[in-house]
Amino acid sequence: MSFGPITLGHYLSLGGMLFALSVIGIYMNRRNLIVLLMAIELMLLAVNLNFVAFSHYLGDLGGQVFVFFILTVAAAESAIGLAILVVLFRNRSTINVEELDTLKG
Amino acid sequence: MTTTGALFYFFAAVLLFAAFRVITSRSTVHAALYLVLAFANASVIWMLLNAEFLAIALVLVYVGAVMVLFLFVVMMLDLNSDDFRDGFWKHLPLAGLIGAVIALEMALVLMGGFRLTDVPAPDPQLAKLGNTHLLGVEIYTKYLYPVQLAAVLLLVAIIAAIALTLRKRKDTRAQDPSQQVLAKKADRLRVVKMDPVLDRPSAPPAAPAAPAGGDKK
Repeated sequence: MSFGPITLGHYLSLGGMLFALSVIGIYMNRRNLIVLLMAIELMLLAVNLNFVAFSHYLGDLGGQVFVFFILTVAAAESAIGLAILVVLFRNRSTINVEELDTLKG
Repeated sequence: MTTTGALFYFFAAVLLFAAFRVITSRSTVHAALYLVLAFANASVIWMLLNAEFLAIALVLVYVGAVMVLFLFVVMMLDLNSDDFRDGFWKHLPLAGLIGAVIALEMALVLMGGFRLTDVPAPDPQLAKLGNTHLLGVEIYTKYLYPVQLAAVLLLVAIIAAIALTLRKRKDTRAQDPSQQVLAKKADRLRVVKMDPVLDRPSAPPAAPAAPAGGDKK
């Protein structure tokens, strides 16, 4: 069995598959807000994978610095997102997206 | 096939499987645990790309902090997972179509990257320093101002998360230390002037009140 050397294309394909899987997850888990947040984390992971792969294959450390900042922002985002989720659950006793229709949107 | 190639295929397969289970598992706790597995595998793949610092940071930040937070929240909320499952597979055709479109778009945009095959030879003197050192030099010289902005962002996130979830419970009893410290002697202790009480061992039980009044004078 021979696959040849691992190229940038392999990593980009993996990142693309991961991103597509998380988009599918967002569409299929439209009701569970927590799984939606997890799918967003997966998307960020796929994007970070692309960044790191490009940084390695182009010999530029800027990509890794950017991943560092994305990790920071993602951590802040999930902390605030989960805090909002907890407040939401306290007030409405549900995190089902279809029942959160107070604004009639 | 090289060792790196074999490792890449193995960890990529586990990563995709874990990602698939994250979006399809019935219980939210299982989804969170599979997400931990996905992050661990992604960290190994980053290590294959010589990004050691970020690989360890991913494990520390995501597996150590963010996913524990997720697990806490999932277990704190009383969720009935069956509510989320009716018609779950009904959305699959549309979701699969959108996923395929997204993957195609990414392939089109990143087409230039697919032609890139070989890694540029690293500067031997820089390679001696190691990834973490180089990343530190980069961050603390060229990107110093963004790093400080990121720190402020994290501070804002901390304060916002605390402010959102803080609440005063009315049904608990608690001590208020500042009120305790502020209390004066006069608030607690009242000095009353009263007459002395005399013990009379063999007082006549007939009229106890009258002799007491007489003693006063």
